[in-house]
Amino acid sequence: MNRFLLPLGAFALLLVVLIAGLVHAPQKGIIVSPLLGKPAPQFSLPGLLDASTPLQAQSLRGHWTLVNVWGTWCVECRAEHQTLLEIKRQGRVPIYGIDWKDDDTQARAWLAELGNPYERVGADREGRVAIDWGVYGAPESFLVNPSGTVVYKHVGALTPEIWEREFLSRLL
Amino acid sequence: MKALRSSFAALLALAAALAAPQAFAIDASPPLPDPVLEQRYLTLTHELRCMQCQNESLADSPVGLASDLRRDVREQLLAGATDEQILDLMVSRYGEFILFRPRMSARNAWLWSAPVVLTILGVLIGVRVLRDRRKRVDVIDAANEDAASSESLDA
Repeated sequence: MNRFLLPLGAFALLLVVLIAGLVHAPQKGIIVSPLLGKPAPQFSLPGLLDASTPLQAQSLRGHWTLVNVWGTWCVECRAEHQTLLEIKRQGRVPIYGIDWKDDDTQARAWLAELGNPYERVGADREGRVAIDWGVYGAPESFLVNPSGTVVYKHVGALTPEIWEREFLSRLL
Repeated sequence: MKALRSSFAALLALAAALAAPQAFAIDASPPLPDPVLEQRYLTLTHELRCMQCQNESLADSPVGLASDLRRDVREQLLAGATDEQILDLMVSRYGEFILFRPRMSARNAWLWSAPVVLTILGVLIGVRVLRDRRKRVDVIDAANEDAASSESLDA
């Protein structure tokens, strides 16, 4: 009896560790952003639609905002677009777009064709601002609170369900 | 034979070419002016993960994001940042996952100490098992001797 106690105990311990690992594993392949709980990065981008109104970190202050990183080269962004329009229709959170490494003319044509859900769009032509936001694949969406802190990040296309469950539930 | 030798030479040349990272760098931009900086650039970009194709380093990845991040490393180097500062900046944007070699922290200290702890545990268990076995052998030997001596007495 005593001979088996130690190996059995070790095995049980291993099981506990592995199960805890499985249960606590965040969604596979999703990398938790170190930005969460931190102030949004400082940035300033030229406006895509109106060159005289740049998109800046200050634009995000004073109200809840959804910062959406997109591009016309991004297939999933097209799928996401309907949800963005729906969020605009709800009118609870203004959407600020970062047009990531895109062609301005194509981007303007995209918004003219599909509708413009954005309050303001900044053109990140060289992809410098996206790097500071820790973006690694469009579309990505950040929820920023009125004091400019990043509260939540979603990688991949938004859907009405995700918007309701992960974003609206976080509004205070 | 001659053909074999020349193809062997060609293979050697290919291996040498592949071993020289600069020769096959995927950057369109020229190497950094200072060879020391260029060396640091190569080391750093091999240490950092491409977040889009996660098992490639920045140095090896052809995707746009990797080239943007390489440009960033380059610019930081030219601006005089230390290797540590550049790695810290990358971690602050993308998290520790961007490092191929994770750093030691309170959270993963147990993992780093595991090899040492397990080795000590293994040695301790090994010593105990060997000692037990020797004791048992001694007992058997003693028993055999007793038997042998009683046998000789019988005879």
